[in-house]
Amino acid sequence: MQILKTRAELDSYREAAMSALEAQKRKLLVCAGTGCVAGGSLKIYERLSELMKEKGLPYSVELQLEAHDETVGLKRCGCHGFCEMGPLVRVEPQGWLYTKVKIEDCEEIIDKTIIGGELVERLAYRKNGQIYPRQEDIPFYKKQTRVVLEHCGHIDAESITEYIAVGGYSALEKALFDMTGDEIVAEIKASGLRGRGGAGFPAGIKWETVRKLQADQKYILCNGDEGDPGAFMDRSIMEGDPHRVIEGMLIAGVATGATEGYIYVRAEYPMAVNRLKNAINQAKEIGLLGKNILGSGFDFEIHINRGAGAFVCGEETALISSIEGERGFPRVRPPLTVERGLFGKPTVPNNVETYANVAQIINRGAAWFSSYGSPNNTGTKAFALTGNIENTGLIEVPMGTTLREIIYDIGGGCRGGAEFKAVQIGGPSGGCLTKEHLDLPLDFDSLKNVGAIIGSGGLVVMDEHTCMVEVARFFMNFTQNESCGKCVPCREGTKRMLEILERIVAGKGEESDIDTLSELADMIISTALCGLGKTAPNPVRSTLQYFRDEYVAHVNGVCPTGRCKSLIKITIDPELCRGCSKCSRVCPVGAISGKIKEPFVIDQSKCIKCEACVNSCPFHAIKEG
Amino acid sequence: MSRATMTIDGIPVEIGNEKNLLELIRKVGISMPTFCYYSELSVYGACRMCMVENERGVLEAACSTPPRPGMSIKTNSERLRKYRKMILELLLANHCRDCTTCEKSGNCKLQELAIRFNIEGVRFPNTAPEQKRDTSSPCIVRDPSKCILCGDCVRMCNEIQNVGAIDYAYRGSKMRISTAFNKPISESPCVGCGQCAAVCPTGAITVRNDTDRVWAALRSGNTKVSVQIAPAVRVALGREFGMKEGDNAMGKIVAALHRIGFDEVYDTSTAADLTVLEESEEFIGRLESGEKLPLFTSCCPAWINFVERKYPELMPNVSTCRSPMQMFASILKEESKHSSKDLFHVAVMPCTAKKFEAERPEFKRDGKPDVDAVISTQELVRMIKESGIIFDEIEPEAVDMPFGTMSGAGVIFGVTGGVTEAVLRRVTTDKSRASLTATAASGVRGMDGIKELELPYGDKTLRIAIVSGLHNAEKIIERVKNGEHFDLVEVMACPGGCVNGAGQPLASMRGRRERGEGLYAADRVSGIRRSEENPLMMSLYSGILKGRVHELLHVHYGCCSHGKDEG
Repeated sequence: MQILKTRAELDSYREAAMSALEAQKRKLLVCAGTGCVAGGSLKIYERLSELMKEKGLPYSVELQLEAHDETVGLKRCGCHGFCEMGPLVRVEPQGWLYTKVKIEDCEEIIDKTIIGGELVERLAYRKNGQIYPRQEDIPFYKKQTRVVLEHCGHIDAESITEYIAVGGYSALEKALFDMTGDEIVAEIKASGLRGRGGAGFPAGIKWETVRKLQADQKYILCNGDEGDPGAFMDRSIMEGDPHRVIEGMLIAGVATGATEGYIYVRAEYPMAVNRLKNAINQAKEIGLLGKNILGSGFDFEIHINRGAGAFVCGEETALISSIEGERGFPRVRPPLTVERGLFGKPTVPNNVETYANVAQIINRGAAWFSSYGSPNNTGTKAFALTGNIENTGLIEVPMGTTLREIIYDIGGGCRGGAEFKAVQIGGPSGGCLTKEHLDLPLDFDSLKNVGAIIGSGGLVVMDEHTCMVEVARFFMNFTQNESCGKCVPCREGTKRMLEILERIVAGKGEESDIDTLSELADMIISTALCGLGKTAPNPVRSTLQYFRDEYVAHVNGVCPTGRCKSLIKITIDPELCRGCSKCSRVCPVGAISGKIKEPFVIDQSKCIKCEACVNSCPFHAIKEG
Repeated sequence: MSRATMTIDGIPVEIGNEKNLLELIRKVGISMPTFCYYSELSVYGACRMCMVENERGVLEAACSTPPRPGMSIKTNSERLRKYRKMILELLLANHCRDCTTCEKSGNCKLQELAIRFNIEGVRFPNTAPEQKRDTSSPCIVRDPSKCILCGDCVRMCNEIQNVGAIDYAYRGSKMRISTAFNKPISESPCVGCGQCAAVCPTGAITVRNDTDRVWAALRSGNTKVSVQIAPAVRVALGREFGMKEGDNAMGKIVAALHRIGFDEVYDTSTAADLTVLEESEEFIGRLESGEKLPLFTSCCPAWINFVERKYPELMPNVSTCRSPMQMFASILKEESKHSSKDLFHVAVMPCTAKKFEAERPEFKRDGKPDVDAVISTQELVRMIKESGIIFDEIEPEAVDMPFGTMSGAGVIFGVTGGVTEAVLRRVTTDKSRASLTATAASGVRGMDGIKELELPYGDKTLRIAIVSGLHNAEKIIERVKNGEHFDLVEVMACPGGCVNGAGQPLASMRGRRERGEGLYAADRVSGIRRSEENPLMMSLYSGILKGRVHELLHVHYGCCSHGKDEG
């Protein structure tokens, strides 16, 4: 690969790449995000490649600068976002999106679509009898504004040339040669970009503080730990558009005078680590990382550190401890990370998605960015939509989009037409929003007003069948497991809260338990050392606020949704029972007894609620309730 | 000129150079509850007991928040009371609550705060797994069931001593303080300094209690029981009986020991004089030959342990002198060889490492240790209380003869810089009173962890370093290895010297200084100021030590297998 030593060289490289990309009219972009890979997309990619070879079709898996009009591009791209319908393959130039693709479909795709230029109808998305061949027309995508995710699914996730071809690293050029550090900081501040990791702190202020400090070394820190269960925004960005993150970090370095960057990626994201490593190597080879970048005199190097399975290391100071080789304990503040962070030096700590927003802000301006959303809540946000919803996947919407639009217009409503009950927003650190919040705009300030947080962007949708007490127990179990153990309120307090929740869900709850939960929650939130502890009681507090009746019901021995097994009673209706003894014969623990032709009875103390009897009764006389 | 001020509980207070709110709050007469704060350790911020409430109702930890002009805080609002009680309740839930039979009862921070905050009940069951006590070390006992995970021991062992024998293991509510691979502490790099026990707020780490063996010896018929008292003990013990920190209680201690039943009571300072004479000769010899410099002192057993493990190549530089305790015991045992009764010799030390030293194979003869038992100041306090002696009322007595003379130079061994000062008094040719004052003012005194001085000596200039705290010792060692020249290096493992030993009642920074001052005061009123002027020295050298100085007063470490008793 050639080394680009000046801006002019990069510009002409970009021109060549652009025309090569444009010349490549026919493309198959196979989604190679972790979700679709798990669904077999890489095998589909291999099969397509095999078939093209067999059929003698010229194709390329990597963009070459020489124009090839007839070559078909076969690329592995980032997450398209419509994970429910994966494995996904995007077809260019038509812009069709093939859904739930199987290996057996590959030959038809090649023959009918690539060679014949026609749609394979059965692979197009259909809803309510209507088919939507083009990706942009699919209802899931219509209300989205994919900015940060603009390249995911549209370019080769492993090619720096394609990234450059679509305008990549032009923001870096602008930052290096057309703007001063102060101007860059001012632009970021003016855009109103707030941290996308969950805290929502204005990124521009962090950058400004570090810029103003005098130090012999400064660092740019990228938090790719993404520990919330159910959140995969950062993963998709790192896998699908790694150069975007690198460019953002570079610009932060130019603005603040930092010459080294660290990306901390959780160990459970091996593909993201690999894609980033590749991208960094490519950037180094081509001269966009290293010394005297493009002849500007600016040096920058990026290191990748892997996590080791601790949610707490997503907390800024614990993350820094981890990189420094110490135990992942959060540290007391002051000193602030921006003043004394990594290795004791001024450090800019920002989330992956935050950095991913930077390049376009520099390219298109703060005014463009703040045209999305509302004052103080500008830009877009990526959300991971999961749970009991028709369309699970990765979406991006302007800040301030309402919950209703996300759940119904984009998400397609709850699966099976079930009734919407609540959505957990912000993962184990967040609270739930209910029907009464459907018209709430989702942005930092509106959520703060109702005592909730956007968090990292994970949305877990729950329907009428979900037991909210169990949800609280689930999240408390997670945070309790992940507590680092340093401070008393979190280490001991969450343990006791979990104990109580487990008792309640097992049907052994006591009157005083609900008040004790509230007391513990209040204490932990007020006194815990770090964000993990301070927010761990939120799911409990929030479900207590909106679904207190479910807690009370559990204490009184009933689970209203019937999900908590220990609270289910299985009984035989004596009116319907014919005494055939089938149930007692299938019962694995011998809990059912009776005389032939007389109603049988279940001994509740022995019953393990396996429901074998329910399924076996030919007269449907056995019920749970 | 108006100074920066802030408000605490409505009281305006001037902000000086306090590092954090805790220190400033102390200024207005409030003592904030803490478990994990010590001013010499890094701020940990884990117990969350010291939170204060600011004007916006936000809580901040007082230990880690610097004072800000215009700040207004409450130290004991309704919320804070509630939270502190809950935190204590949570800690007590996992904790053994049989206080009456606990070693630490009456001296335990958790107990103290539970009483202070009026904890009336604990709502949560004890779900802690069974954890075994570790009694493998002669110096300290670890009882994990009493640990509240404040981390003070870890920070002391890692930051101040740089030994790192213990650290955190596992995560969250499964977290424990542990040695590497959960080995018994005697198999870890632990040097026995006991400072972890000194800072432990509960009974999780305690000094090993050897008083039972002493009682047994006292009550047995045909054993003579003698005891020596270390310098540092006399200025620390009195506080436990209502005296002031640093008051010299030696006379009362001797009297109490006589009452308890010890046959002979001696002062370790006597043997310290011997140590001064032997070490000075060694020092002059090395100065003349120019070899094996610097000379490292050897009276601190934790330091010896540290060198043996981490810097064995420096052993040739360490003085071959035994510690004063061992020198004394050596002579006493030799002297009683021909008596009809067995001699059981006890040493009262401010130290936990001395328990380890007494058991070393190098200090045994015919399989029996020269020092039969070492008890710490705290253990002596218990023995006095158990005897029912009202310490207040007891009349002071003098130590016994024939080993009852000592110099002031011997007494000051108990504080950092004392050994050096005593040796300087010996090697200096000027024996005037003015010279004593000059030596005192030369920079040997003071509580700094590293003290360096240069003194003219004949045609040379002596370069001397005095360190306390093992991390500080390492800093000097690094400099020596990098080629810097020192002639004499005094090392005490405990910051501040023996006055702050782990066997002493816990002292604040000011308390250590006061104890040091107490020793210097005792020296000033001593008739004999220099070790060589102690008339006992002459008679020892011409008597019992004749021809056997090296055998009885010196030692070669490692001549027998380390730490294992080979009988």
